[in-house]
Amino acid sequence: MFRKFNVSILTLVAAAGLISHSAFAQTPEVTLSSIRSDATKASSSFQGFSAARGENFFKTKHGNEWSCASCHTENPVTPGKHAKTGKVIRPFAPSANVERFTDPGKVAKWFKRNCNDVLDRVCTPQEKGDVLTYLLTVKK
Amino acid sequence: MLIRYRKFPRGMVVALLAMGVMIPIVQAGDNRSKPAQPAQVNAKFQQECSSCHIAYSPGLLPAKSWLKIMTGLDKHFGSYASLTDQENKEITAFLVNNASNRWSGPSAPLRITETTWFKRKHDYHEISPKVWKNPKVKNPANCTACHQQAERGDFNEHNVKIPK
Repeated sequence: MFRKFNVSILTLVAAAGLISHSAFAQTPEVTLSSIRSDATKASSSFQGFSAARGENFFKTKHGNEWSCASCHTENPVTPGKHAKTGKVIRPFAPSANVERFTDPGKVAKWFKRNCNDVLDRVCTPQEKGDVLTYLLTVKK
Repeated sequence: MLIRYRKFPRGMVVALLAMGVMIPIVQAGDNRSKPAQPAQVNAKFQQECSSCHIAYSPGLLPAKSWLKIMTGLDKHFGSYASLTDQENKEITAFLVNNASNRWSGPSAPLRITETTWFKRKHDYHEISPKVWKNPKVKNPANCTACHQQAERGDFNEHNVKIPK
């Protein structure tokens, strides 16, 4: 009886998971390809994204007090912490947090906010794509 | 003798009671709402204002403070906390409509920690300086370190648990 109960619970959980997953607008890969199309439009010399360049960009300061890693940590599969308030930030890498880079509105909003804090300007499509390419290589 | 002795403290008691009533009245110039948060919380407010810090209850500050904060989000305590115009409008309305209703003074501080009521409730008589140095507390903006239900607008002092 317990086994039956467990199975039905599992089915429910799986179904709920599928439903909530399908509620996401897009996969991180689709987000990446939309950044790629921005990058192609922005520069005729665009030669693709690089995880190594993305990692370097992510971990380096760009003239301000914080790098991306200041809040998202050097290991983006672990939870981060807001550098000022200490508020816990859920893991940044999609392998550790399935919600990441699935909502185009959120992606645009947070790149706008955080690039401004880290670089005092918006990020280029090249920079965004490099960072996401890096994040997609980080496995749990 | 006994009668006279009895009579004396009665006057004192009246005086003390009067002082007890007077002090809150005198200090009520800027005070937070009770409750600090309405039962029905705006979803946009909850989502947008709790990304980097807890969503501070609207009743902790007067409407004037919220208006200042919401028109300066491009430099929000050193961070760029942009919202769309529509989001800003909706959240501002929620904050202003539920701002402190016990604020009679002219002050409109940007930081909750700069309000008179906050300072009074957290002065060195109440909270030892050691508490603020505890890494679990980190800074006074971290309400939930001690007020575990702060996100729900519960700042009741009976529910305070100061971390060791």
